[in-house]
Amino acid sequence: MKLDGKVAWITGAGNGIGRATALRFAQEGARLLLADLEEQAVKAVAGQIREAGGQAAALVGDITVREDVRRMVEAALSEFGRLDILINNAGINRDGLAVKVKEGQVQLMDDGMWDLVLAVNLKGAFLCAQAAAVPMIEKGEGGRVVNTSSIGALGNIGQANYAASKAGVIGLTKTLALEWARFNITVNCVAPGATATRMTAGIPEKLMEGLLAKIPLRRLAQPEEIAEAHLFLASDAAAYITGQVLFVDGGISVGV
Amino acid sequence: MNEQVREQAVPASTGLLQDKVALVTGASMGIGEAIAMDLAAHGAHVAFTYRRHAEEAAAVAGRIEERCRQAMALQADVASFEDAQRVVQEVQGKLGRLDLLINNAGMNWDGVVWKMTEEQWDQVISVDLKGTFNYLRAAAPVFKEQGSGKIVNVTSINGLRGKFGQSNYSAAKGGVIALTKTVARELGRYNVNVNAVAPGLIETPMVKQAPEQVRDMALAEIVLGRLGTPEEVAWVVTFLCSEAARHITGQVIQVDGGQYM
Repeated sequence: MKLDGKVAWITGAGNGIGRATALRFAQEGARLLLADLEEQAVKAVAGQIREAGGQAAALVGDITVREDVRRMVEAALSEFGRLDILINNAGINRDGLAVKVKEGQVQLMDDGMWDLVLAVNLKGAFLCAQAAAVPMIEKGEGGRVVNTSSIGALGNIGQANYAASKAGVIGLTKTLALEWARFNITVNCVAPGATATRMTAGIPEKLMEGLLAKIPLRRLAQPEEIAEAHLFLASDAAAYITGQVLFVDGGISVGV
Repeated sequence: MNEQVREQAVPASTGLLQDKVALVTGASMGIGEAIAMDLAAHGAHVAFTYRRHAEEAAAVAGRIEERCRQAMALQADVASFEDAQRVVQEVQGKLGRLDLLINNAGMNWDGVVWKMTEEQWDQVISVDLKGTFNYLRAAAPVFKEQGSGKIVNVTSINGLRGKFGQSNYSAAKGGVIALTKTVARELGRYNVNVNAVAPGLIETPMVKQAPEQVRDMALAEIVLGRLGTPEEVAWVVTFLCSEAARHITGQVIQVDGGQYM
């Protein structure tokens, strides 16, 4: 098994990509600390893994709160004795035009929408990476950090906040890769394209048709396909890869 | 440490590519050899081309067969359009199908631009860029027809960043990246994935012979502080050839220890 004996901390593990990654990692023998804001969802995932004979603990917490993040790392260490992998997956979107003009009325994206998305997607990722690196460095056996950017990092109408946060994750990834290479901690990120999760569930049919027409492979990603990319970057197969952005987008960043 | 990592990550046969038929260009040694061996270790039958090193090629074929996989070593010049057509036909004829194409064969012939001869330019472009086109051209109708296939082109970080003394090589490898993206667009609707890996400085026989100064300069750039191994490139190729990477296309994956960010 590819992650035998490894301990992985996955944020946003209650649903979608985080959940798929948790289930995939459990298949490969990882012991898991699963964190999410949604108690019921994350406990269900951990329970499913334990029922199948795997090891998983669930913890409710907010990655934008340093104290919550500290509790997550401590839970991983007390539960499993070490930490090898962080999958920085938790993320949100709050879409809207930066400046909306409708019937002569000007409406601005409010500060709350901007601050919340940046706090979760960028600051949250930073806090978790910082917290994960400390025990990895102390243990001296290296480690893996996999962040989550997005195709949205390249710019997307209605996502000024989300795009900025996900482009920020790329800068964060490259900087941490440079800073932590000497500890043999690799830092990479996965950039999913449109993926079949609740984030895309609300896209109207007309828009979805237009979106699919722009994807060379002509379909959305399944959460399991993003989980495979997480597994690849967390596994020994990616030992010599650091500071990279892996787009898993059916080719949409290239175009049709 | 590398030896340890190798043993952990490459079990005898995981069947990830069970009974797929792969064609690898330039696999008698170095990165191509490691790719051929890793594909076989994951269950694929492997045909490969070589140009001059018949003995080494026979040895690689023998090691693939030891894994109970079919092997086929074909003498070919990748710069030859006709050779590529013949090779693809022979592979289909003998192994029955074609699922994976790895365009690995490449060469360099360095010199600063003000001293570079026309022959130097033409030869590197012919092998590195046209050679990749030749095999894409030969395999594309097969993949399009069967509605599946995986193509991995081996480029270089120097195709992304340029490199002093390598105007020909960097241009060819940059061309391979544009070719990768274009063919990904063209074959995407036929369920064919086309990606590239871009190695940094890798511990190949060629690099082992390089002057110490060249290695030291590269090491200073590599944040992980060591050269990569051919196996570390091969593992990434295997991933891209597997169903795990079925939603990845048109991408360039750097395997460079952070040498170029």
